[in-house]
Amino acid sequence: MSDGPILEVRDLRVELPLSRGTVHAVDGASISVAPGQAFGLVGESGCGKSMTLRAIMGLLPRPGHIVGGEVLFEGEDLVTASPGRLRQIRGGSIAMIFQEPMTALNPVMRVGDQIAEAPQVHLGLSRTSARERALDLMRRVGIPDPVRRARAYPHELSGGLRQRIMIAIALSCDPKLILCDEPTTALDVTIQDQILKLLLNLRREFGVSVVFVTHDLAVVAETCEQLAVMYAGQIVETGSVDEVFRAPRHPYTLGLLRSVPDFDSVQDSLASIQGAPPDLVMPPPGCRFHPRCPFAQEDCISGEFPLRPLSAGRATACIHPDAPAADVERMPVVADV
Amino acid sequence: MSVAAADAFVEAELTERRHGFRSRWYRTPAFVAGIVIVGTVLGLAILAPVIAPYDPTKQDLQNILQNPSGKHWLGTDQLGRDVWSRMLYAARIDLRVGFLAVLLPFLIGTTLGAIAGYYGRFGDTIISRLAEIVVAFPFYVLVIAMVFVLGPGTRNIYLAVTAVGWVSYMRIIRGEVLVQKRQEYTLAAQAAGLSNARIIIRHLIPNVITQAIVFAMSDIVLDILLIVTLGYLGLGIQPPTPDWGTMIADGQTFLTVKWQLSTIPGMAVVITGLGLSLIGDGLADLLRPE
Repeated sequence: MSDGPILEVRDLRVELPLSRGTVHAVDGASISVAPGQAFGLVGESGCGKSMTLRAIMGLLPRPGHIVGGEVLFEGEDLVTASPGRLRQIRGGSIAMIFQEPMTALNPVMRVGDQIAEAPQVHLGLSRTSARERALDLMRRVGIPDPVRRARAYPHELSGGLRQRIMIAIALSCDPKLILCDEPTTALDVTIQDQILKLLLNLRREFGVSVVFVTHDLAVVAETCEQLAVMYAGQIVETGSVDEVFRAPRHPYTLGLLRSVPDFDSVQDSLASIQGAPPDLVMPPPGCRFHPRCPFAQEDCISGEFPLRPLSAGRATACIHPDAPAADVERMPVVADV
Repeated sequence: MSVAAADAFVEAELTERRHGFRSRWYRTPAFVAGIVIVGTVLGLAILAPVIAPYDPTKQDLQNILQNPSGKHWLGTDQLGRDVWSRMLYAARIDLRVGFLAVLLPFLIGTTLGAIAGYYGRFGDTIISRLAEIVVAFPFYVLVIAMVFVLGPGTRNIYLAVTAVGWVSYMRIIRGEVLVQKRQEYTLAAQAAGLSNARIIIRHLIPNVITQAIVFAMSDIVLDILLIVTLGYLGLGIQPPTPDWGTMIADGQTFLTVKWQLSTIPGMAVVITGLGLSLIGDGLADLLRPE
């Protein structure tokens, strides 16, 4: 069990039937997360990364549903699991942290009770011992004076403290995997840094795997070991963070890296990727990035573009993977995002 | 840790807002006024056996239709019964029926509303269509027809009011749950593996119940008015039990000579209704989320 991946998503496909047509929100995404690993899932808004996360949890917003693929958690397929089994796994083995801690906490429930709730349900703890556990968790996520804070309502706490409460809730049942949906996007930059460091420390302390879904490459650079880049519902590049950042092998990854502001060399305008992400009701044929790609060639316009392995642990969907690599040599991407 | 700075700020906020409701209720004039009025009426009703000078049903045909005096504070009615004593006993029954007639619709409506709003689909369709059928009839006509069929008496009044009254609560709760279930905290509760029943009872209901409670206050007023109306029509509380509605109805025969016979119970209805409405308004202000 320990050597296999803790989470493996294979060829996941999610569709949202809307009145103007079916949105192919996730179209054949595959990722693999090793035990104890920090994994980053990166992409623009609307690329399907949050949908992937919610599909893993089996909590897709209506009318979205999974039309194909597998979500293997410790070898068990969650797509076909019964609702009762899913409920056991959710909160018990897999926990989730949300983007906006204000709305993700129940406004009329004391935060201490919110932390203590899942242990009562999943671990069968009594009220008193669940309370004890909540206080202990609050201490471990760095909340000062937990006894008093436990009695507070969410609106009485600052954004940073609220996100710490969310983290405490996520940790409350000793999960093996934590899914973070843009965990720091709603926070001030200084608080972001604190929360990321906290998550990293806790990951080491609890030995838990973490999946970060984010559009912020800086977050990935700081926290993750492995990453997958998502574009228009598909994974376009995977690899270790070091390698991908040093030598991106997909033009979209290159574009993302280039569009991170570099404060060491201030320029007039921020580099951006031309064009807009495609409409997922009718995605462009061939490589989905080709209409925006500076390296696009004739053969990019049609055909299938699955991930092709490059070397151990690296894969790209680009059929001209050397083009972005060569471009990096000419004009390196910012050294340390 | 640089949380400390934020902490000092939170500290101040915490102490100020902690007991929001408890420290603010006496500064909401409407709420205080309502409590005083309803409290007084309630107190008089509870103490009726102690403070009523006469048996409310005891007739004294020698002394009918007397004007207010030291002996009979509010005079006597056409059967020589003491009006003040009857007023006190009537408050007991009218308030009790008013409160109880709200309880059942409140519970049923809240439950059905939460189910319809949370699960949607088939259950929602059935519950909503049922509600539309009920509201297609005018409220009073339906209740009067039901009491007429079932027969007068408090138990049948409860039944009739419940059959019609749950709709308002159902709609209020359903609408609120529809909004709240799209909030991220519901998703977070689902992601924490909590059961649907637990999510509804522990997370959604506490967030939506305020609206229903505020409405219940004005609903009590409506129910008291309804009982009074039914009493006036002879379908309500049966004589000789005193009740404000029957007293108004009985008194109207003598309106030109003894106007107070109808007016005094009428005033009691108005004052009680005012008190409950003020409490409702005050609660709406106090419970409004920050």
